[in-house]
Amino acid sequence: MREMTFGQYYPAESVIHKLDPRLKIVLTLAYIVTIFFVNNFLAFGVVFIFLLSLVFLSSVPIRMILKAVRPIMYIIIFTAILNLFWGVDGTRVWNWWFITIYREALFNTALLMLRLMFLVMGPALLTLTTTPMDLTDGIERLLSPLKVVRFPVHELALVMSIALRFIPILMEETDKIIKAQKSRGANFDSGNIFKRAAALIPILIPLFVSAFRRAEELALAMDSRCYKGGKGRTRMKLLKFSLTDFLAVLGFIIFVLCIVAIRVHFMHIIPVH
Amino acid sequence: MSSVDEIMAGADKPVKRPVIKVENVSFSYPSDESNLVLQDINLEVFRGEFLALLGHNGSGKSTLAKLFNGLLVPLTGDIEIFGLNTAYEENEFKIRRNIGLVFQNPDNQMVTTIIEDDVAFGPENVGIPRNEIIERVRWALDAVGMSAYAKGTPTRLSGGQKQRIAIAGVLALKPKVIVLDESTAMLDPRGRREVLAVAKRLQKEEGITVILITHFMEEALMADRVVVLDKGKVYMQGKPLEVFENEEALKQIKLGAPPVISLKNRLREMGASINDVYTEGELAKELGKLI
Repeated sequence: MREMTFGQYYPAESVIHKLDPRLKIVLTLAYIVTIFFVNNFLAFGVVFIFLLSLVFLSSVPIRMILKAVRPIMYIIIFTAILNLFWGVDGTRVWNWWFITIYREALFNTALLMLRLMFLVMGPALLTLTTTPMDLTDGIERLLSPLKVVRFPVHELALVMSIALRFIPILMEETDKIIKAQKSRGANFDSGNIFKRAAALIPILIPLFVSAFRRAEELALAMDSRCYKGGKGRTRMKLLKFSLTDFLAVLGFIIFVLCIVAIRVHFMHIIPVH
Repeated sequence: MSSVDEIMAGADKPVKRPVIKVENVSFSYPSDESNLVLQDINLEVFRGEFLALLGHNGSGKSTLAKLFNGLLVPLTGDIEIFGLNTAYEENEFKIRRNIGLVFQNPDNQMVTTIIEDDVAFGPENVGIPRNEIIERVRWALDAVGMSAYAKGTPTRLSGGQKQRIAIAGVLALKPKVIVLDESTAMLDPRGRREVLAVAKRLQKEEGITVILITHFMEEALMADRVVVLDKGKVYMQGKPLEVFENEEALKQIKLGAPPVISLKNRLREMGASINDVYTEGELAKELGKLI
């Protein structure tokens, strides 16, 4: 059987792992907003130290965090190149034929690259230290005020939870179907792209049929266990703010204050714009 | 006092009162109305008993299971659970809390990725206070011998273990009756033994009424009473040994007695005096006496 870890949760027993998922989600969002306020290298130094200490606390290997940057590396390089030739005034640093690079553009590009990289590393830390189940739980509770406007918060969370539950099961099933079709002579690896796409049909149809059958059985099982929607439901899991959570908030506030202070007072150190 | 409690209180009296009463029930699926899946079924299930429901595929036994907890409603006739008619919508959740249904495929019964969360699903649905849910989950997992896996995920467990968790999920609602609808059909022999042992222990120790739906004849030997269904009708019923005594009748519907019983029957026919036996070990002892 294929070993399947959904998302990229890195199991460990760290303080970061134990933080309330609601808090982690909110702080990650706040972190993203904060990153957009950072516009000089000194502030990025602060972000770097902040993130590094979080990674250290979470006992997640640094390469796991860096891995999150890899998929968007091309986007970063592409935007960087575009940005490099965009600046049209300031101090010239380099000139060749019709291409001119200005000092300001150079700084801007460096900042942009840093910003994009830090932007993905924060949320990566969230998903590395929070199980998909806890994330779902956190999102459900954060969205629960929307129940007032009849937004189906509970139902949405249940759908996510069931999806998480069935992903490994359906993956395994896909494996089985592929093997079964191959053993009957199906060929998935040759021919042009249309032929290959057509070859997927004998995999997808049985998979869908089985998924629907499973869904029906699950619905019956849920009915049998008295499921009647979110109304009048209680919860076993209780999310409670602990001392660590308050310390995390405190730490984050200090971080934001540093960023704001740098933006207000030290902007002239490395003038941008 | 709810009518459920009344029945439970009444159970101490000498008159046996049924927890499930099926009266003249016929049923057909809307997609094929001309085909009566169940025809004029009359059946009573008593408190605390272990009942085995036997029959081929298509004999209507799984349909009957879904009729017990009101997932399906009879075409004609009535089903009463603790005196509550399944046809009335207001009884729906009272009935479902008390009749736990465990299905064939354990994978398709679990809602969440964490085992204890899944066991908590039922009690959460009916709005039980948090502290009691925690207690119930602990108790239910303990009752099926899966406490050690509470925080884990079901992905790596064996079929038997998964099915025991499905039983715990039903148990957490504290039902008076558990229906195992072909719950052993997909399991290996070891998984089947595990699940059956749990079912037997729940009946003995917790006083839960167990209805075991199966097509494995030998599983019926552990029951107090056997009901054989064929083509939507009750074909035979009685104590397991009585039913399996009549091998001719079973053969007519292409069923047979378990090998041990079959051998015993044949030896008796040949004139050997053999006591009733349930297991190979017992039969071996009887044979030893003969020699």
